[in-house]
Amino acid sequence: MLKKIRRLLAAVTFILITLLILDFTDTLMAWLGWLAQIQFIPAVLALNAVVIVALVLLTLVFGRIYCSVICPLGVMQDIVSWIHGRKKKNRFEYSPAKSWLRYTMLGIMVVALAAGLGSIVALLAPYSTYARIVTNVLQPFYMWGNNVLAAIAEHYESYAFYSVDVWVKSLPTLLIAIAMLVLVAVLAWRGGRTYCNTICPVGTVLAQLARFSWFKVHIDADKCRNCNLCNKNCKSACIDIKNHRVDYTRCVTCGNCLEKCNFGALTYGHKKPAAQPAPAPQPANDASNTRRAMIVGAAVVAADAALAQAKKKVDGGLAVIEDKQAPKRNTPLTPPGSLSAANMARRCTACQLCVSACPNQVLRPSGNLATLMQPTMSYENGYCRPECNRCSQLCPTGAIQPIGLDEKVSTQIGHAVWIKKNCLAAKGAPCGNCARHCPSGAIEMVPLNEKDEDSPFVPAVNPAKCIGCGACEHLCPARPFSAIYVEGHEQHRTI
Amino acid sequence: MNDNNSKTFNRRSFLKALGLGGAIVAAGSVVSCASSDDNNNTQEPPVGKMTYRKNPKDGKDVSILGYGMMRLPTIDLNGSAREDDIEIDQEMVNKLVDYAIEHGVNYFDTSPAYCKGKSEHATGIALARHKRDEYLIATKLSNFAPETWSHDAGVEMFQNSLKELQVDYIDYLLLHAVGGGDDKDDAMKKFNARYIDNGILDYLLEQREKGVIKHLGFSYHGNIEVYDYLLAQHDKYHWDFVQIQLNYFDWNHAAKNDEDNAEYLYNELAKRNIPAIIMEPLLGGRLAKLPDPLARKVLARDPERSIASWAFRYAGTRPGVLTVLSGMTFMEHLKDNLLTYCPLKPLTADDMKFLHDLADEMAKYDTIPCNDCKYCMPCPFGLDIPAILTHYNKCLTEGNAPQDNKDPDYARHRRAFLVGYDRRVPKLRQADHCIGCGHCKPHCPQGIDIPKELARISDYVDKLKREG
Repeated sequence: MLKKIRRLLAAVTFILITLLILDFTDTLMAWLGWLAQIQFIPAVLALNAVVIVALVLLTLVFGRIYCSVICPLGVMQDIVSWIHGRKKKNRFEYSPAKSWLRYTMLGIMVVALAAGLGSIVALLAPYSTYARIVTNVLQPFYMWGNNVLAAIAEHYESYAFYSVDVWVKSLPTLLIAIAMLVLVAVLAWRGGRTYCNTICPVGTVLAQLARFSWFKVHIDADKCRNCNLCNKNCKSACIDIKNHRVDYTRCVTCGNCLEKCNFGALTYGHKKPAAQPAPAPQPANDASNTRRAMIVGAAVVAADAALAQAKKKVDGGLAVIEDKQAPKRNTPLTPPGSLSAANMARRCTACQLCVSACPNQVLRPSGNLATLMQPTMSYENGYCRPECNRCSQLCPTGAIQPIGLDEKVSTQIGHAVWIKKNCLAAKGAPCGNCARHCPSGAIEMVPLNEKDEDSPFVPAVNPAKCIGCGACEHLCPARPFSAIYVEGHEQHRTI
Repeated sequence: MNDNNSKTFNRRSFLKALGLGGAIVAAGSVVSCASSDDNNNTQEPPVGKMTYRKNPKDGKDVSILGYGMMRLPTIDLNGSAREDDIEIDQEMVNKLVDYAIEHGVNYFDTSPAYCKGKSEHATGIALARHKRDEYLIATKLSNFAPETWSHDAGVEMFQNSLKELQVDYIDYLLLHAVGGGDDKDDAMKKFNARYIDNGILDYLLEQREKGVIKHLGFSYHGNIEVYDYLLAQHDKYHWDFVQIQLNYFDWNHAAKNDEDNAEYLYNELAKRNIPAIIMEPLLGGRLAKLPDPLARKVLARDPERSIASWAFRYAGTRPGVLTVLSGMTFMEHLKDNLLTYCPLKPLTADDMKFLHDLADEMAKYDTIPCNDCKYCMPCPFGLDIPAILTHYNKCLTEGNAPQDNKDPDYARHRRAFLVGYDRRVPKLRQADHCIGCGHCKPHCPQGIDIPKELARISDYVDKLKREG
């Protein structure tokens, strides 16, 4: 029964949260945004006391069901492990806890959190690891699927689906996501919850609480015939059957053992019937992960093909447009609502929810080592439009705090800088596209040389009005480098 | 600055018709055949029923349907040859030409500029398979680029036309799209540079004397001063025909001013007994896809006739019209037009009034008079100008360009506009990237102030996005 309930709940949360991460249309956020907010590390970073208290109480009552039901990375491992389990039954074996590794990882996490080393936190946080896998590996397929539907819709003149661009936003992040997927999947294939019980710092924290949980799995030594079936089906490898003991720090309360026991020796509840445990096991198995590798390989090949196709589409009637290149920004841009570079670095777990949701292709994971995978902005493919504040509504950690549209358009995240040598207007073209499109009227067209009547008019930025949205940079006709670009502000200001 | 063969349906509307089956255009075209022959229910156009007009100069019959060779089919099924760098489907061209000739079409209009310069060659191949007296060839001296303004270049262009078309005389030779330019002075200057100062017009007159050119005329777009000037010189040059843009919309509502109206253009020719050749009878396909309320009116007037057929009948009704050009890419275009013109049932005065009233109503829609001729392209900044303008027009006529965000259907229309916009035009080629350089402006035969319209559309799109 416990197993069935657990599986049902896990399936529901897992599917919903995956859809939340995949969604790029801003429809699910309002309904499912809370699923990201109840994740442990985001709640800690957001200083979300309600969620933290609730999760602590949950664990103190039921044990680590968080790991079995709420954490999508945990559920993903269960799925991988279950697939293997269908081929090979009774494959687990008790092993002693690798405490030194667990506590080292926890220590690293705590230090990283305290020191604001966002990229390390991001690497270890289970929810963001999962979200990153989804956005980097799964979302492209989701989008291609959507694009197929969009093509069909277009054929029937329906506007139900619209096509989106699939692009590699950051190669390092993609590679890390793939590496983590492989690592977690291999560990899960071989040993069930190995990752959760050796590496995951959230698992280790909850483990300490689970020691004292009100409900636990108990083994009745009198009823136990030492058949070892429970042990062999424990994906956490935490049933020491010799001593009739369960390592509650590692038990994720999945209920598999309860169901396996033919003699009713295992129970889940508060009262301890009678017990004593003991033994030793090992997970083993090296079924290959060729399937995953194939999927990843296919993704890379498909991406190449898509690029080639895009080139072919340009016909003779259209001038070729050179791709814009991102300028070198001395201070990276962070989205409105993130308050400051420091707040972003400290609180972001790089789950990519904002990157996945950005409709203007502005947000992408940073490639900078200190802020690795955390979102940063650039305006080659679009700019931060005044009517959009999606990322701020989504962020579960408070790295980007909810910001109203009025507030957004008066928040200076950066300021525009003119580069004379790139500017077509300075060369005499009748351009003023930046000034025309500036939503805050921060760009004036002024004569390059006041004394010369025939002087070309060039853009001049009024930094007091500029909010750094990037309309000027994006719409500047100069390519590959715009003649006007946005330099970030470490600390956002209000006009 | 260039003239432009008309067409039954443009490619998009055709594909749409194919795809949807239910589109008014397609439905109309299917039923119109029944009405083209009272007791015949077949969709095939009849042979031997084509309406002909006599050329007053030589008394030869000219089919009222002229074949425009600007939008020839390509190997790639998705387009006509002018749009893409793909090869012309010669086999299909031959088939179309054979079918047209079999059904009485004898006027074929091409130019050295069409299909990126490949139209004459393909036309020559297709026509050379027929007897020379079965067809009339019209081609043009299309010296648009300043490099071709010299005497030698002009002569070479003409001689090359003879070679490509595999003939030793041209039936109809046109000065191509006179009247283009920024203003009237510029237009006169350009005209003089292209045809007078270099002696090319004298050369062509000489060729007419020799019989290498049977009929000499010009096609007109743009600044009326040039038109008036050329007609004033009629006694000197004896124009054998003039090609003008005429349809029930342009009769009173041409782009710029009253003097550009087809009514004026046509009457000036009629006064002098100069035969008119009609281009843009469908106004770039726009008269085949009317705004819904207007389409309903036309269908209500005669449910058995296609909407496009009214425009073709209108163009052919006036007695001074020698032939009506249509750029037919697909066999379906050709058949539908043949059904309208085999034979032509002229419009009554009441029909004419109905269409003129319809045009008055059309003029109330704020559409941009873009015919998707693509002469403005390529834009140096990569914008897809005709796609932007035609998308805007399409949304206007389909009611998908909402203005009031309190309208209960606002969200639906807004989505249709914005999603459709991204489908039709890649983001980097959309209107907000126009810097207003004006490179396109002098090229537009319809005299559209393209940068201004693009800025207007860009502002509108921005407003739609903000008022989500």
